[in-house]
Amino acid sequence: MGEPLIYTYDIDGEDFTRAGEASSSVKNRLKMLGVDSAAIRKTAIAMYEGEINMVIHADGGTITVIISDDAITMVLADRGPGIPDIEKAMQEGYSTARPEVRSLGFGAGMGLPNMKRFTDEMKIDTVIGQGTTITMKVYLHSDGL
Amino acid sequence: MMPVKLKDILELPECRTLVSAAPDREVTKIFCCDLLSIAMSKAPAGCVWVTVMGNRNTLAVASLADAACIVLAEGVSLDEGTLAKAGEEGIAVLSTELPVFDIALEIHEAGGL
Ligand SMILES: Nc1ncnc2c1ncn2[C@@H]1O[C@H](COP(=O)(O)OP(=O)(O)OP(=O)(O)O)[C@@H](O)[C@H]1O
Ligand SMILES: [Mg+2]
Repeated sequence: MGEPLIYTYDIDGEDFTRAGEASSSVKNRLKMLGVDSAAIRKTAIAMYEGEINMVIHADGGTITVIISDDAITMVLADRGPGIPDIEKAMQEGYSTARPEVRSLGFGAGMGLPNMKRFTDEMKIDTVIGQGTTITMKVYLHSDGL
Repeated sequence: MMPVKLKDILELPECRTLVSAAPDREVTKIFCCDLLSIAMSKAPAGCVWVTVMGNRNTLAVASLADAACIVLAEGVSLDEGTLAKAGEEGIAVLSTELPVFDIALEIHEAGGL
């Protein structure tokens, strides 16, 4: 393929109804590029969970997706409250989601574990009071693109 | 055994079709869950997803997880905009007054899923 493709999305922290649109858009782009469907599914799930978390917990942010020959890299950067205890946040079932968010079906405490499970690399950088940047990578096989 | 098609589900007497989709799409399994991040990772591609969670995020999850069909139980519905979007994305949406288990059982008995 050559040069990596880079896409950037602004995620609106107010708008629940639009949360997930960036992930859908990436999914469609990957389909058009002919990326193998397992890698698309992994990317779509991980990015959606991250995108929703930015809306629910961090008042929005920016997602950058880099598609290169060997991997899909997602960088999710927000200016939210930060994550005080990453180890706890990564546990299945741990959630601080508010009641009104839970009533929409969120709050199982499975988002971060899903992101970890469906990606090949995941790194969380967080500073309390300043924000969180999560970088995730899904590897592509050499014949993937 | 004959593969189960979406039209077999669309024809169920207990269900109202809110959005139709490719009738010959094969459906794979029935999946019941209301928590979105569990559905996201566990719903099999091509499934019939039975839930009482009726909002825009339900559709986003169905779409990203490649569900063939959303069945809204307990008389739950979706707003017009979301239904229109489901149509664009080719995901069928049905609604029933039955509880989750009862409609899942009915789909199971009708289709052998
Ligand atoms: N971007 C973020 N900024 C601040 N806190 C976060 C962020 N992402 C996650 N968290 C914290 O980590 C917790 C666990 O996140 P996770 O996505 O696993 O669960 P959840 O969002 O609460 O529920 P679910 O994803 O199952 O709907 C959250 O409840 C929240 O406290
Ligand atoms: Mg989450």
